[in-house]
Amino acid sequence: MTMLPERPAGAKRLGLVIDLDTCVGCHACAVNCKEWNTGGEAAILPDYDKHGPEPDGVWFNRIHSYETNSGGCSRTVNFPRSCLHCEDALCVTVCPTGASYKRVEDGIVLVDTDKCIGCQLCSWACPYGARELDENAGVMRKCTLCIDRIYDEKLPPAEREPACVATCPSRARHFGDLADPDSEVSKLVEARGGVDLLAGLGYRPTNKYLPPRRATIPTPPVQPATASGKGLSAALLGLLDKALSR
Amino acid sequence: MEATTQSTAPKRTVACTTCYMCACRCGIKVHLQDGKLRYIEGNRDHPINRGVLCGKGSAGIMTAVSPARLSNPLRRTGPRGSGQFEAISWDEALRIATDRLARIRATDPNRLALYTGRDQSQALTSYFAQMFGTINYAAHGGFCSVDMAAAGLYSVGGSFWEFGEPDWEHARLFLLFGVAEDHDSNPIKLGLGKLKDRGAKIISINPVRTGYSAIADEFVAITPGTDGLLIFALIHCLLDAGKIDTEFLIRYTNAHHLVVDAPGDPLHGLFARDPAGFELCFDRTAGALRAARALGTDPALNGVFTLPDGHRARPAFALLAERYADPQYAPEAVASRCGIDAGTIRRIAAELAEVAFNQPVVLQQAWTDTDGHRHASMTGRPVAMHAMRGVSAHSNGFHTCRAIHVLQMLLGAIDTPGSWRYKSPFPRQIPGGPAPGRARVPGGPLDGSPLGFPRGPEDLLVDEAGEALRLDRAFSWEAPLAVHGLMHMAIARAYEAGPDRIDTLFLFMSNMAWNSAMNPGETTRMLSACDAAGNYRIPFVIVADAFASETVAYADLVLPDTTYLERYDCISLLDRPIGSAHGPADAIRIPVLRPDRDVRPFQDVLIDLAGRLGLPEFATGTGVPLYSSYADYMVRHERRPGIGPLAGFRGKDGQAIGVGAPNPRQLDRYIKNGSFWQHELPAEQLYFKHANRAYLAGAKAMGLLESDDQIVLQLYCEPLQRFRLAAEGHGSRRPPERLRARISRFFDPLPIWYQPLEQAMTDRAKFPLYAITQRPMAMYHSWGSHNAWLRQILPENRIYLHRDLAVQLGIRDEDWVWVRSRNGNLKCRARTMSGVNRDTVWTWNAIGKRTGAWALAHDAPEFRRGFLLNHLISEYLPDRPGQAADSNSDPITGQAAWFDLTVSIEPCEPNTPDETSPRPAANPLRVRRTAEGTL
Repeated sequence: MTMLPERPAGAKRLGLVIDLDTCVGCHACAVNCKEWNTGGEAAILPDYDKHGPEPDGVWFNRIHSYETNSGGCSRTVNFPRSCLHCEDALCVTVCPTGASYKRVEDGIVLVDTDKCIGCQLCSWACPYGARELDENAGVMRKCTLCIDRIYDEKLPPAEREPACVATCPSRARHFGDLADPDSEVSKLVEARGGVDLLAGLGYRPTNKYLPPRRATIPTPPVQPATASGKGLSAALLGLLDKALSR
Repeated sequence: MEATTQSTAPKRTVACTTCYMCACRCGIKVHLQDGKLRYIEGNRDHPINRGVLCGKGSAGIMTAVSPARLSNPLRRTGPRGSGQFEAISWDEALRIATDRLARIRATDPNRLALYTGRDQSQALTSYFAQMFGTINYAAHGGFCSVDMAAAGLYSVGGSFWEFGEPDWEHARLFLLFGVAEDHDSNPIKLGLGKLKDRGAKIISINPVRTGYSAIADEFVAITPGTDGLLIFALIHCLLDAGKIDTEFLIRYTNAHHLVVDAPGDPLHGLFARDPAGFELCFDRTAGALRAARALGTDPALNGVFTLPDGHRARPAFALLAERYADPQYAPEAVASRCGIDAGTIRRIAAELAEVAFNQPVVLQQAWTDTDGHRHASMTGRPVAMHAMRGVSAHSNGFHTCRAIHVLQMLLGAIDTPGSWRYKSPFPRQIPGGPAPGRARVPGGPLDGSPLGFPRGPEDLLVDEAGEALRLDRAFSWEAPLAVHGLMHMAIARAYEAGPDRIDTLFLFMSNMAWNSAMNPGETTRMLSACDAAGNYRIPFVIVADAFASETVAYADLVLPDTTYLERYDCISLLDRPIGSAHGPADAIRIPVLRPDRDVRPFQDVLIDLAGRLGLPEFATGTGVPLYSSYADYMVRHERRPGIGPLAGFRGKDGQAIGVGAPNPRQLDRYIKNGSFWQHELPAEQLYFKHANRAYLAGAKAMGLLESDDQIVLQLYCEPLQRFRLAAEGHGSRRPPERLRARISRFFDPLPIWYQPLEQAMTDRAKFPLYAITQRPMAMYHSWGSHNAWLRQILPENRIYLHRDLAVQLGIRDEDWVWVRSRNGNLKCRARTMSGVNRDTVWTWNAIGKRTGAWALAHDAPEFRRGFLLNHLISEYLPDRPGQAADSNSDPITGQAAWFDLTVSIEPCEPNTPDETSPRPAANPLRVRRTAEGTL
């Protein structure tokens, strides 16, 4: 058992807001994440069987595209899945060694690999499938919210955001403090009706998902098909009769 | 190179260059740590991608270390296709190539056929071909998007993707026709995000709902190949409702130009002209014929008028209106064929009219048109369109693409606020020219670039009998406007023609023996076929590539290229630039890594070869090479005085843009600027570029255009009529008898729709389903499958079909099925879905690999379960009695008709092995390295 920290009211909740209305499922976030983190503080994200029969590896972020059917209407949803940095993170409380922990200051959930024994209880506990075992090192790996970017003062301020956010080509990913009601991300969640994933489980995820929208163009009632005879319509002939000026 | 050295180890540097993980040309920042690749990210200052980077670009690190990289020049030792080679030195490789090419050039330069793939140095490769003197050159456009390019350039002087883009900032309704997950990549994703932010509506017209279609506000599951009919129905509705921008038409298009109506006469269907050659219109105020471009007129768009010679003539618009007002194009008449209900078509037409005419975008920006009118503001029709492969990969794609441009013109939605816009340096003058190069003096260059823009039969490359001069039959009566060539026919035609016509087939970065071939089995047979004496039917094959693709095994000589991170390169305004609606731009690549193999940049090698061969413009008259490298050429070469491969930082002081003396420090200036250059147009020049006086004058001054005349949009495409008249017996240059009916039918100056050619010749009862491919977002053709990260995302593909169809056929998810076509049988695994046209099956493009290629393990999923639809496609249409088969192409442009395929599908027999079929025998590269090897 590992305890969640006492977090003062109003403490930062850094996380992501992911817009399912604009995610095209391109995998940019997943690959750029792997690229950044495999050479960064998270240490190498292993790849198994790179050029062999069962290519596989550790990813902090995976994209699923699936179809939904409701009311006879079908749609395709692209769904990026990564750690949601839950406020009541079961992956932390099940950890037998204290390796899995939630930071007091910003709520980011991390793994201390020096303490991790690779028992995988956390991955069993996480309902979102956000943790993966590094089979080479025997430790768990997970999204760090690019902690080595967001606090890196050597980076220009605009670049202090997770790699997945910086690279997202349709700008479907947003980063910020979800505890601050005036932050851009909080305002976005408010305006767009952002939701918790599997809210009923009660883990209070920090990351939010924005539901798909449908834009429409109201038009005058569609005319029933005119009895189609040869020749041009009165409307067109009227238009063509109007004087023009070159 | 911009360096940020830190006080403590490790040593980090950052270099800006240009991505090449697909054709999008994004700016990237490459981070190195102790000289090794650490991280690649999008360059936030770059005009193409604004800091974002897709999954492919982000996986560049894995391509840079791929085991599929070639490491030495290779000479074939075993039979062609066996994969057996020996490593040789560059000296020897270049000597072999030079000897061979010099012999060809001294006899008949056309016996060299140079075909390049997704080549971003076509300004160089085509120039090499021209200076060598061969007409047989093309790049990959003929099997990709030439329908879009040709239809666009002949209609509006620009085109979708390369030469145009939607006005993402102002569009309110966006129609996306047949666009899969690329073409282009990041700019479209950025743009879709912007549209969504503003609540603009996106309609995707596509048989398959993936990627961009998935986030569209409306998905229209059209039947493949019927987009033209849908557009005609939309035009029909707009005509019916009188929702046409007639002011736009008379100012900017040839809608009011009078067309001679005199069937049988050599002038029939051409514009009526005055004695000075200027097109005429009928001025209703004066009640007389006037020059169509004259000012102060009230031109008629309807009616019949008599010309001085007694012929009757009608405004082009009247012909158009009569055609599409016909009941055969009513929504109800096309609905079942398109697979879209008539109500939906009528509603989309109403939405187009609503947004175009009731919600105009008005920018308070004054500008002056080419007639000298000063406009206080810019008023636009915020309806934008984009189209790509789903339209272009059909044999009716040219006309369908032209139909989209006609729809845009009728709505007044070309280069206006909110509509589709030109990417500078486009628009260009229409209708085309210069003609493709044809003639040469002995030892001299071809008199023009091998690829050109014919204006009529006089520009074709045909012999006295009217038969093709080019190997691939581009610019012949079989494909008169084949402005990108017919690369998909190159191997088949070389095989047919035999060694007297073609000695050496020189391929650069093109996987012509696999996923870029229609019918790879037959293609590889032709590549390795011998005559009775045991000589290869195609005598010599040179392949230049960075990776061990399926095609490398069929080379006699392999010239190993570097990866994109190991060389200089130039994304030139002379070729396929990165300009945008905001202004012209170009870019370079710089070597960020030093090759750890005995490889050389292909462009360096080509320039070296050109020097050794003593080609004009690459060597002095006495044969001394002019350029030491591509980087040297990029800076010093001048195509015309003051105009070179790079437009930025020209002149001695680096201040000139477009035109200026070569600047020896030009590359340094590019590197300091993030490896790109961009000229931001003033606000006054941002729209109406085809008729914007300030823009056209500026473009001329920058050397982008030769004339600053108004570019008149071609609602009616007169050059097509010139070909048709020839087919009807007029003029001195006429098609051979067997092609007359075909030319007459297809060369209609107004868009037509016809059933795709292969479908019309196929037994549809036997093959009732349409079959197409889509592009996965995380892969670019065959470039991704050897990438250790990308192949984790998509190591094998499935054939997808509609759930209802699957139930009907007894097919469940993951079942093995047989997909059959007139050309063969393919065994693969199925998956069912709802977001697909009910009569269409589809799969991801280029995932299947030939066993042994790309340095993958022998049991890789790409080999065992990944598959290509290509096995079901033939590069020939079905035979007709007594006649050689035509190519499987658009009859106007020669565009490869990949998506005309029809198939049947059925479950496999039970207990079938878990393996795709066909699976050609493995032929991995086996390279013998001798003691004298160069490593």
